[in-house]
Order: sequence, then C-alpha cells, then structure tokens
Amino acid sequence: MSEPPQPPPVGPPEAPIAIAAGDGRGEPATPTGAEPGRARSLWSDAWHDLRRNPVFVISALLICFLVLISIWPSLIATESPLRCQLSRSLEGASAGHWFGFDTQGCDVYTRTVYGARASIAVGVCATLGVALVGTVIGGLAGFFGGFWDALLSRVTDMFFGIPLILGAIVFLSMIKLSGIWPVVLVIAALSWPQIARIARGAVITAKQNDYVQAARALGASHARILLRHILPNAIAPVIVMATIMLGTFIALEATLSYLGVGLRPPTVSWGVDISAASTGMQFRNAPHILLYPAAALSLTVLAFIMLGDAVRDALDPKLR
Amino acid sequence: MLLEVQDLHVEFTSRDGLVNAVNGVSYAVDAGQTLAVLGESGSGKSVTAQAIMGILDSPPGRISKGKILFRGEDLLTMGREARRRIRGEKMAMIFQDALSSLNPVLPVGYQLGEMFRVHRGASRKESKAAAIELMERVRIPAARERVGDYPHQFSGGMRQRIMIAMALALEPDLIIADEPTTALDVTVQAQVMDLLSELQQEYRMGLILITHDLGVVADAADVIAVMYAGKIVEHAPVDALYKRPAHPYTKGLLESIPRLDRKGQDLYAIKGLPPNLARIPPGCSFHPRCPIARDRCAVDVPPLYEVAPDRSSACHYWKETIGD
Repeated sequence: MSEPPQPPPVGPPEAPIAIAAGDGRGEPATPTGAEPGRARSLWSDAWHDLRRNPVFVISALLICFLVLISIWPSLIATESPLRCQLSRSLEGASAGHWFGFDTQGCDVYTRTVYGARASIAVGVCATLGVALVGTVIGGLAGFFGGFWDALLSRVTDMFFGIPLILGAIVFLSMIKLSGIWPVVLVIAALSWPQIARIARGAVITAKQNDYVQAARALGASHARILLRHILPNAIAPVIVMATIMLGTFIALEATLSYLGVGLRPPTVSWGVDISAASTGMQFRNAPHILLYPAAALSLTVLAFIMLGDAVRDALDPKLR
Repeated sequence: MLLEVQDLHVEFTSRDGLVNAVNGVSYAVDAGQTLAVLGESGSGKSVTAQAIMGILDSPPGRISKGKILFRGEDLLTMGREARRRIRGEKMAMIFQDALSSLNPVLPVGYQLGEMFRVHRGASRKESKAAAIELMERVRIPAARERVGDYPHQFSGGMRQRIMIAMALALEPDLIIADEPTTALDVTVQAQVMDLLSELQQEYRMGLILITHDLGVVADAADVIAVMYAGKIVEHAPVDALYKRPAHPYTKGLLESIPRLDRKGQDLYAIKGLPPNLARIPPGCSFHPRCPIARDRCAVDVPPLYEVAPDRSSACHYWKETIGD
C-alpha cells in the first residue's frame, strides 16, 4: 500500500525511556544501526560495510601510509638513498642503520622507503590508464553492440593474446627511454583487455535493464543513457578488478626491473634493489639486502589485493 | 487525429526465421481519448507501442511496412534527433514494472528532474523543485522529504505513480501505458488507474492503454482494439464490445472472465495456444482455436468487416457471432 514510512520514533514519549535505560545523555532513543527511512545508495551501503571490515581497515591504513611515504619519504627517512659509502658495503644492521647497507654501501632502510615512490607511482598510473582505456573500449563495445562490438572485441582479443611479460620485455628493450613512464605505458597497453572484457559484460547487463529502455522512451540521448544510467550500474566490477590489478602491477614492475628492462638505477625502486641483491653471491653473505625490499613489495601487493577483495565483498553482496 | 498507425508491419529476425510480430495494424487515437489495446502475450501489442515510441530493439526488430502519423507527420521518416526530442516531450510511456524501470542507483527526484534537464535545460535546483511538484501531483505523501529517496524505498503503488509522474512531467500529448497495473495489487490497481484517467482528462492527452486485463479496460477505455497474432481482430467502442462482441476471440475472452452469477460452473477457456509468430496459420490466424471455424477460414484471410459505424471485426461470420 501507499502510506508514508513511519517517522523515526522521536519526541517526548520516547525520551524518558532513553533516560531510564541509562543513556545518560538524555537523548531520544533512536535505534542505532538500521536508521529507518534513511536513503542509502549502493556506495554509502558499501562504505557502511567497509568501515566495519577489519581487512579493509588494515589494508587501507597500510596503503595510506605507503602513499604518504611515497609522496614525502623524508618523513621517516632522513638520509638520501643515493649518498652511499662504499666502505660500508654489505655491513649488517647497526644503530641508526637498522636494515644495514647494500653492496654499494647505501642504507637499505632509506632505499626501501624511497623505493615505495616508484612502485606506487607505477601501480597507480598503470591502473588509472588501464581502467580508463578498458572502460571506454569495453563500454562502447557493449553499448553499441553489433559491428562496433565485433570490431572492438576482436581488437581486445588481439591485445589479450600478447603474453604480458614477453610483450613487456620486447617493447621495453626496443625503446631506449628510462624512467617510470615507459613501464606504465607498457603495462597499461598490455593489461587493458581484462578490464575491457569486464566492462563490456557489465554494460551489456546494465543495458538490458528496463530503466534504460524507460530513459530512451523519455527522450534521453545516447551520452546521457551511457553516462548516467548505465555506467554507475556497471562500474562496480571494474573498480574491484582495478584494485586487485593495482597490486599485481606493482609486482609486475618489480619483475620487469628484476629482469633488467623495467626501472633502472639510478631510479630507486624495490625491483631494482631486489635485482641488485640477487645477482652474484651477496645473498648468502648478506640476506638483509634482499629481504627488506622484497618484504616491502610483498606487503604492498598484499595490501592492495586485500583491499580489492574487501571492496568486492562490499559491492557485490551476493558473493559473500 | 493525434496519432494514426497505418498498416504497420514489424518483423524480427530470429533463429527460427522471420517472426512476424505485427502484421498490418491500424488504429488511431485522438486527444482526450483512451484506446485500449487488448490481447494476450505475444499478440504484438507491446511491439506496436515500441514502434510508435521508436524504442524497438533493432536489430533484430524492423518496421517493414506502414506509417505512424503523429499530428499528420510520419515519425518513421523523421531524423533520429528530431525523433528523440518528441519522446518525453510530446509522447511518453509508462512501463509495466516500475521497480525495474527506475534506475536503482539514482534518487527518484533526480530521475524525475532529469526530464526537465534533458528537454528544458533546467538547472539542478529548478528540476528538483519541479520533481517535488510532480510527486505532489501524483499524491506521494511528504514529497519534499522523499524527493531524495531511492526507488527501493517506495511501495509498488508509489513507484508506479512516480513512473506516471515521469511520463506526465512535460505534459505530453500522448501517453502509452504498457500494462501499467499488471504488477500491482488489485486495490492499488484501481487507485493508479483512477489517477491516470484523472490526469489524462485534466491535460486532455491521448492515452493508449495496453493490457490483457478486461476489468481495467471496461472502466477506463473509450475504444478497444483487440489484437491476435499481430493483427487487430476487433475494433469497437467499449460498451458495444462488451455487450455484443463481433469476433469469436473477443467473445472467448469475455466468457473466460470469472463471474459471480456463474458460481459452481466450469470457467470457460479458449482451447489451444496462441500461434507461433514465425508460423502463423494460413487464412484466419484464429481458426485452429475458433469454435465456429469452417473450411473457408483456413483459406481466406478475413478483412476487417464494417459491423457498424466505428466498429469492425475480422471474422467472416461476424453476423453469426454478434447475433446469438
């Protein structure tokens, strides 16, 4: 039936009960948790769930910390990662240098802190690129269908067919540029098909909803239907996938740097340090130079993947 | 005439071959008039409506023949952009399932206001005020507080009224209501239909009411078009049709309504199933199910015979049907 929702129980009759119940503050007793009649969208609902999920809280705090030190590494590292003293090469931990020194005599702690910047930058930029390209191409293919779908999907399949590591090695060894941008570009160029496929599927599902038909019947343009009615209903799986991919991109950057085609010294990155630490026989004599950057890398990747999992649980309650 | 559909043919390509969903439908609606299009699922009534609105899924759907004249102008030869401007502004549609026809992630006020932003270029603030006014018009209680609520927070009847508000937003000349009450409780059905009729009279809109519910039709409609297998089989003013149906199919439909004065008797049912639209029977498409079919019915396609002024039936033996 069509009666208005019950107003929340406020007002004089409730107040004495609240005081009697030992509330102390004398506020009217409103039921906590479920607020009746309060508008909650998918996103505010997801946020409500996420705040109560310890996995999300821990990984989000860790990621905030990582982002913070990648922007201002000097907050927790006082030295420069490039000021090294060869005389202290491979020295163990000591006061003020808890992680010891690497082959070149650089402070491992400082380098590990500074290494976060390259890893996070590559991960974030590559993910943004992948999400943008994938959503646009997959979304257009799904929305327009027919010829455009066939064309864009086949292009997606072609890129999907390129082996990621092999493709990256070939591209990066061909171009002679260094720095993070070539790495970001190559990762984005080779990874967008995954997002495109997910976006296409989600858009096709959303397109079949009656409200899309209704919007058309009320004279909305293609752009409005796509941006206002389809995209907000199709973006959740893309966000989940992108968050999980961010972790893998950080690992991928380390892999490429380890293989010698990604970032190169003097850029400071975990991949570069892991690569340097695992050549020759240093690892047996001085395991700390491999251990710390590797641990930082694993922790970061883990944090992003856990975050992605938590976001997925919050956005798709059916999977729980 | 506000809207005239002339000899409309719609076909769909499917794995079974060509499906002829609409085979030469003609009807007309004038301002302030209600035309009820009656028929079972798959009779082509919704497809005709989609063709009029221009929201037919094509491919696979295709209008192969016919004209749709809106105030004398053929919609089918009109440019896409011009057509889009007419939708919502001049003609609007109310859908069957209001919950799935409203976007779940946007507040209803935003969706109502969208009409004004798309067609009138209104600002956010103006469109919100307009949305509140519309919600009040369709008697949503506490419209001002509820304008930011999401579709799932409303009851079924309220959602359908919001759909009506959305269709009425720009005061169109023509409304097509595709089974507007099918998803609702019987008591709410009556409320929604009353509201719709009232608003229709107020704005003097033409209304095409698509339904399979004879009860809804009796109160609301002026003229009825009964569809079967993509064709109109009977077209008549509402009272005349209820009193003396001139087509065996209409007669069958009326006899299959449960009636209190026939308590204890078996309920009449039309035997057989509606035809597969990819293989419509030759001759009269109703003949395999018709109680009075003769040999001629399997061969000759019946034209629309004029039974009386404003009244026609596609049955060779309409005199016999109407007589007893």
